[in-house]
Amino acid sequence: MKEKNHSEKKKFFSIFLEEIQKSSVTYIILAIFTGLVLGGIIAAATTQEIYEAFRESFFGGIGESLRFIWKTYSSLFTGSFGNPSKMISSLFSGDRNALRSAYKPFLESLVVTTPYLLTGVAVALGFQAGVFNIGGEGQLFMGSIMAGWAGWTFKGLPSIIHVPLALLIGILAGALWGFIPGWLKAKTGSHEVINTIMMNYIAFNLSQYLIIGPFQDPNESFKTRFIEESARLFRFFQDPLRLHIGLFIALAVAVIAWYVLYKTTWGFEFRIVGLNPSASKYAGVNSSLITILALTISGAIAGLAGAVEMLGVNFRAVQSLTTGYGFDAIAIALLAKNHPLVVIITAMLFGFMRQGSRVMQINTGIPIDIISILQGFILFFIAAPAIIRTIYRLKEPKQGDLTPQMTGSGEKI
Amino acid sequence: MEPILELRGITKRFPGVLANDHIDLKLYKGEILALLGENGAGKTTLMNILYGLYTPDEGEIFVKGKRLDCQSPTDAIHAGIGMVHQHFMLIPVFDVTENVMLGNEYIKSGGFLDKPKAAKQVLDISKQYSLNIDPNALIEDLPIGLQQRVEIIKILFHDAEILIMDEPSAVLTPQEVEELFNIMDSLIAQGKSIIFITHKLGEVMECSDRIMVIRGGKVVGESTPAEADPEKLAAMMVGRAVELKVEKERSQPKETVLEVENLTVVNKNKKIEVDDISFEVRAGEILGIAGVQGNGQTELVRCLTGLMKAKLGRISIVGEDATHFDPRKITELGVAHIPEDRQKDGLVLPIPVQDNLVLNTYYQEPFAKGIVLQPEIIHSNAKELINDFDIRTPSSTVPVSGLSGGNQQKVIVAREFSRPIKLLIAAQPTRGLDVGSIEYIHRRIIEKRDEGCAILLVSTELDEVMQLADRIAVMYRGKILAIVDAEIATKEELGLLMAGITTEISDKKRRDTTVREIVT
Repeated sequence: MKEKNHSEKKKFFSIFLEEIQKSSVTYIILAIFTGLVLGGIIAAATTQEIYEAFRESFFGGIGESLRFIWKTYSSLFTGSFGNPSKMISSLFSGDRNALRSAYKPFLESLVVTTPYLLTGVAVALGFQAGVFNIGGEGQLFMGSIMAGWAGWTFKGLPSIIHVPLALLIGILAGALWGFIPGWLKAKTGSHEVINTIMMNYIAFNLSQYLIIGPFQDPNESFKTRFIEESARLFRFFQDPLRLHIGLFIALAVAVIAWYVLYKTTWGFEFRIVGLNPSASKYAGVNSSLITILALTISGAIAGLAGAVEMLGVNFRAVQSLTTGYGFDAIAIALLAKNHPLVVIITAMLFGFMRQGSRVMQINTGIPIDIISILQGFILFFIAAPAIIRTIYRLKEPKQGDLTPQMTGSGEKI
Repeated sequence: MEPILELRGITKRFPGVLANDHIDLKLYKGEILALLGENGAGKTTLMNILYGLYTPDEGEIFVKGKRLDCQSPTDAIHAGIGMVHQHFMLIPVFDVTENVMLGNEYIKSGGFLDKPKAAKQVLDISKQYSLNIDPNALIEDLPIGLQQRVEIIKILFHDAEILIMDEPSAVLTPQEVEELFNIMDSLIAQGKSIIFITHKLGEVMECSDRIMVIRGGKVVGESTPAEADPEKLAAMMVGRAVELKVEKERSQPKETVLEVENLTVVNKNKKIEVDDISFEVRAGEILGIAGVQGNGQTELVRCLTGLMKAKLGRISIVGEDATHFDPRKITELGVAHIPEDRQKDGLVLPIPVQDNLVLNTYYQEPFAKGIVLQPEIIHSNAKELINDFDIRTPSSTVPVSGLSGGNQQKVIVAREFSRPIKLLIAAQPTRGLDVGSIEYIHRRIIEKRDEGCAILLVSTELDEVMQLADRIAVMYRGKILAIVDAEIATKEELGLLMAGITTEISDKKRRDTTVREIVT
């Protein structure tokens, strides 16, 4: 029995690797690397000390720049993964407090990765069916506030019922926010990009109204009440470590999304509608239905992201502008070429950077925005493969349009 | 005599492919050189090198004895080389003069366009070569044949000496092709030289002075129309003996499978595309629909296959009223559809060959159990079809976009023919394909007919319709002008009908056919 389990695991792992290889991972790594280099240069170029060092001597300036870039990235690393020497020494000492503080950055990064993973899968799923869901942020807001409502409204429920109920309500709220633009696109042809953006504004303002209005905590302004204990997601460690079961929910969603997309007829329909709507009509697929479904499911998953954040991390809603998760998700999905399993990796990239950049700002004073610039560069290079190919002299992955192909009689010229 | 154009040892490699392998070519002043070869043989690559779109890896180009370093089309134009592309590069809402002068405008003082001067030159060129073009006509008002002449004027406006024509006859009616050949003759008579790219043997025999055959990136033979015969040329092109004529028995029509009554289809802009037409197709016969592109054939097929809605009228398939069926229901009635635009409608290019082979049956047993796809069965199905239909592909898991046009078409044919079908609707089944693939697909269609399948064949290639069909309907401006028996129909008569001219002969013949139908 145990053996069988093992072999299944191995099979899954090999599928995973295979799928990642298909999405040309070297290429993505090179894009990230190039982004890091340019990001470092920009970070150095915007720092006063560097200029002062250059004024003294050129090589001094170069040295200072390199030191500075090293400091930036090493603090980004320790902020996101932790300090390696501390991580190892705490393992030997066995001191609980030391362990906790050594592994906190890594675990916190995973906490930040969770909503990225869910929204990333949401957007990727939409892209696969040919719809551009920019409304992830709004769907996340709706999922969050409605899951919160379920969290503090129902009292006395056992956790086993309360948590799924609150998650479900969050999912439904996100799904509704995806369904509306999906339905509009299918029935009236109005473009989902515009409508999902508009739905974002409605979601922002509606949730702000709810937070300062009907849902406001009687004792504290601009915040809602806390959700009931019974609605909170299971946390693996004691405070301040916040790693919760949501990460595994998100991983499960990613795997399910992959399975449905690539192994079922529904996924086949999603993909052919996304790749060639005319051919999907020819194949007898109801493409309007798929469009509606794709945006609805995408919204549902983004709503789940919001619900998970509410029930696992925040426990209450606070008046705020955006979280950015829903927007970064577009980049995460594109980076992963819309493959749900690859999204796991790209979501981690964003999650770890986001977490690390906070620490970086505290330790070095480098503004968090440098990370946005860095992410911008990475995306830019992903979007313009020709640049990366030219820099690193990579070959075209496949025969391009200009390349003649096999002749009709099959001879290869 | 010194050649006006000479290519020496032109070699072009693409990753993994040798597209042109040391090609030598000489073009003399005042001749038409036909470049004959299958799709993918390297003709277009060679011409793109000549026109400066690609740079060759090896080899040199000489124009009038001078070496030409051709880096861009501008260099080629300066050297007196012009190209008529298969797809016209014209702006429909501009008039002829504006299109011709685009990129080479005459400027009056003050920076204004000197259109009258250009218009006069266009008129002069038109007269000189008897092209009959009104410089002030809007492009969108001109028929395709005249648009092509505008392309020719564009080249002559740039003082080209050497004209490259890439499959110029593909879009024309038989009469227009004749006129094109006359124009080519008058160009030659006035000292121009022409390279004529084609894969149609008949045209080569008719209009060229010399023939060069290219296969697999190499020159495999040279000949003249006087010496060559079509069979030999075809064999040279394909690399094996080819059956040019389709062998078929007389059809044995049985019960009616498709019945169309007073069908009217309008497009998005409410324009009537199919205008009140009626016909029927019986089991075991091929009804060919001939007509120049854009006379409602596309809309007719899309309506019959559920991709477009009928405005009026009735379609019945195997006795069922299928007027308002969706594509899936129509497929499930046993209708196969080879769509006109294979890359747009018939295939999903980025996905593997094996998935394209189940594009409209993926949800049925045994390819899916419930909602779970059965990749092993899809894979073995693909293996079998690739073998049966001789689809040349490295494997069944490569994206179908990597296959040649002919093999992409075979994927569609394999998919549609491999399930039990009662009606086949084939739109332009061999468009853009090479001789070898055309032969193959024609044979398969005849086989289907003999198995008792009803076939509606829509093609703008009159030769194809005449070879395959048992009865021929000619469509013109959305109407069927006549349905004639293929055995007694002549090319001239059909050509006239395609141009919308109903003569007494065809009226008589139509009556005859109707009478015969009533009798049977």
